[in-house]
Amino acid sequence: MTATISTTSRPDLFRFTMPLMAAFAAMFGFVGGNMVAQPWLGALVGAIIGCVIAWVAETNLSRRTTVRWAIIGVLGLAGLVFGNVGTAISGVIIGAILSWGAYWLATGQYGTSVPIYYTAKQTLWHNTFKFICGLIFFFLIAPLVPVMWLSFNAQDFFTFTPEMLNFEAAGYSLKHYRDFLGTDEWMVPLKNSLIIAPIATIISVTLGTLAAIGLSQSHVPGRQAIMAILISPMIVPLIISATGMFFFYAPLGNWLEASLGLSQSFVGFVKVILAHAVLGIPFVIITVTATLVGFDRSLTRAAASMGSDPVRTFFKVQMPLILPGVISGGLFAFITSFDEVVVVLFVGSAQQQTLPWQMFTGLREQISPTILAAATVLVVFSILLLTTVELLRRRSERLRGLTPA
Amino acid sequence: MSDTTGSGPMLAADGRPLKESLGRALRRQKLRALALIAPLLLFVLLTFVIPIVSMLIRSVENEIVETTLPGTVPAMAAWDSSTGEIPPEDVFQNLFFDMFNASEAKEHTKLGTRLNYENTGLASMFRTSGRSIDDIGEVFQDAIEDIDERWEEGAFWFEVMNGAGGDALVAERRARWEDLTDDSMAGDLGFTPSQAIIDLLPNTAAAYTDFAIWTVIDDEDVVAEEDPWEAVYAALAVDLRDPSRTAAIAGYQGAGADALQALSAAELPGLTFTEAFAELDEDWGKVDVWQTIEVYSPTYTPGYFLNSVDRELTIDGVQARPENEQLYVKLFGRTLWMSLIITTSCIILGYPIAWLLANLPVRTANVLMILVLLPFWTSLLVRTSAWKVLLQQQGVINELLVWLGFVDDANRLILMNNSTGTIIAMTHILLPFMILPLYSVMKTIPPTYLRAAKSLGATNWTAFWRVYFPQSVPGIGAGSILVFILAIGYYITPEIVGGTDGVFISNRIAYHISRSLNWGLAAALGTILLVLVMALYWLYDRIVGIDNVKLG
Repeated sequence: MTATISTTSRPDLFRFTMPLMAAFAAMFGFVGGNMVAQPWLGALVGAIIGCVIAWVAETNLSRRTTVRWAIIGVLGLAGLVFGNVGTAISGVIIGAILSWGAYWLATGQYGTSVPIYYTAKQTLWHNTFKFICGLIFFFLIAPLVPVMWLSFNAQDFFTFTPEMLNFEAAGYSLKHYRDFLGTDEWMVPLKNSLIIAPIATIISVTLGTLAAIGLSQSHVPGRQAIMAILISPMIVPLIISATGMFFFYAPLGNWLEASLGLSQSFVGFVKVILAHAVLGIPFVIITVTATLVGFDRSLTRAAASMGSDPVRTFFKVQMPLILPGVISGGLFAFITSFDEVVVVLFVGSAQQQTLPWQMFTGLREQISPTILAAATVLVVFSILLLTTVELLRRRSERLRGLTPA
Repeated sequence: MSDTTGSGPMLAADGRPLKESLGRALRRQKLRALALIAPLLLFVLLTFVIPIVSMLIRSVENEIVETTLPGTVPAMAAWDSSTGEIPPEDVFQNLFFDMFNASEAKEHTKLGTRLNYENTGLASMFRTSGRSIDDIGEVFQDAIEDIDERWEEGAFWFEVMNGAGGDALVAERRARWEDLTDDSMAGDLGFTPSQAIIDLLPNTAAAYTDFAIWTVIDDEDVVAEEDPWEAVYAALAVDLRDPSRTAAIAGYQGAGADALQALSAAELPGLTFTEAFAELDEDWGKVDVWQTIEVYSPTYTPGYFLNSVDRELTIDGVQARPENEQLYVKLFGRTLWMSLIITTSCIILGYPIAWLLANLPVRTANVLMILVLLPFWTSLLVRTSAWKVLLQQQGVINELLVWLGFVDDANRLILMNNSTGTIIAMTHILLPFMILPLYSVMKTIPPTYLRAAKSLGATNWTAFWRVYFPQSVPGIGAGSILVFILAIGYYITPEIVGGTDGVFISNRIAYHISRSLNWGLAAALGTILLVLVMALYWLYDRIVGIDNVKLG
């Protein structure tokens, strides 16, 4: 902390920190005042609070943590006195933001991440840009938060109840999770998803890896055309794939049922699995060919020269090296199938109802927060998948001799 | 080199010429590569390419008119549709037998539905006509049975009709049934029409054969034990009323000759099929109905495609549909326009993020990258339901604005079930697809270029706009095309947050597949969308290269 202060010149309190903080706090005051239909009065109060905070920060530079907690506490308490739990929390948040801002300005910390030769205008732009980026990140992530929050709703509503907003225990419950985990309505689709996705993934990974190895050979006639065909399931809009499959798979299914005497449910699963397998193939092809680009061909030659046959070479030498790529392609294929609605809606029947299908009908017709419980479970699931993919990527880069990023 | 003999070609170790040997090795390598690719290629062709092709075919295919009315369509060739007269009796006669068979197989309503897309009202006309088509035949049946009671017996009919030599007729009628029902009609009939009867009473023989095939194959009954359909009586009346056959019937010697001769001498009802159909439904007397059937009688039709661009095929050529039925051009336009807005918003929001990620230290960038990848990996339905929670009238955004006093409780913002909702939600969903390609391009732009520009006296803006931005354009191109392609085919999100104003062409396709069952139109709309996407795909390949698609 002290190092930061010593290397940058600190700005003037009355010409810089205080007016900025006043303006900043006035904005919050305007919004807060608007709640009681007195926006300008709120802005005035806010500006005064801003000046006070700026002054406190300026005079207590070294006791940063203590002062920030004090400001947060005072504003939170003020919120509780003038309003309810909601305003108290707003007060705490605003206090945290304002006290951070005051120190950020007063200590000159805002200028530490820009080159020394930047002018004031450039520094301002730099910080504005960071602020804009922060807003965009907020836009990316924030929508997921209310979903998770609402999934603990005690009511059967898709909206926040007053109890939830006041953080009363009565407003929260796990009943939607019980509904999700305890009823056939959700467990059967989940089971179907867990049948369809892994089998489809195995098909696309097996065929896709073989083909990717074939494609990475040096002489492949019509490589471009083959690649275009293999990638096309990813490019063709799902609705078109689904339409085509709907026309083709229905008679195919009838034929399978009539000529091979297979049960309707089994044929239904076969149709959906085939459809999902082909949708996952481009992802496997792309990731595995990308891994093979960095593959050292002399390793297979070395194995061959020591008397290993091609199959053994593949499993002992090549496979371990491209495994991260294969697995991450497989994960993409898995998530494609696991998350797919349109094709299964067109090709499958009620017996093949998957989790996304159930969520889709739920969103379209009956609105039950159980969907949000399912969504929260899926978010946790996707965090796990993301972590796996990230770890695999690093391992792959390490194996290929690149520095892990 | 020293191994080679003076004049001959260079030889490999096994004594073959080196060139040939290398060629063989290359060929083997190619074959091995193809053998590795072949299973997948076959799989993709079978499970993906053929379905798409089947959709393309379905968008122009129009066999239903020909297969349902196999006699009527050829008979209509002699009718000049432009005269404004309805077709002659001959066409109505064929129509009767075609409709009779179709209503036995319950296929006439399908044809009605098909023609209803082109001329509203035909569905109910076909339905009611099919229901009471028996009434026409009964007129003849009653008259014939009044004259001679033997005609009431199925066994007597069988005796008259059965014989030898009519295999060709059976094969022909069987093929018609197969076309009509799309099912196999193979099997032993236990009946062959006699050649003498075919020559003497062609309509009756054909109608009786139709009856025999359906009775044996579909109903699994015995021909001789069943009473013939009303249509067979009508056919007999048609044959007997024909004055050119009177002499032949008088000279006929086969089974039931006396019964036939008695009928021939008697007075049969003079009811024409034209009158009979007008009785069933007066629309059969309207020229435009017949013109519609005429226009849509070929096996392949551009009709669905014309419908997809708000045109219709009429007897006078291609014309615009009525103003109030025009829908698809507007919908295509809206799909493209909204996809463009979504792509632009993604560029505006994605560019700064990609720039930040590409210029931060790698470790920080990787942490921030997780914030981009998390929504990317989260289920589409989770994100869509998130936006439903946020945007609805009682949703988070409205509640917050009301709480803060910016929006009156009575006038909550309508953010959902219109195009605003679709644009906001889809921008969020597709943003990672913009950021990732942009980031990978920006990562390759050396930061020294910007510094060099600045050291040469460029302002920040000039340095960015003249030096950095042009180098990032390929990334913008790649991301834009990717986002645009994904956007124009989107279905789930517009369906849930789009209401009626915010839906895309894909929602209309799904509607035609699952609700209106107008599959041909769905296929035609899909084909147009596919062509659009393929054009963009080609562009993408030219600009970025398919091999350069990267994930995560």
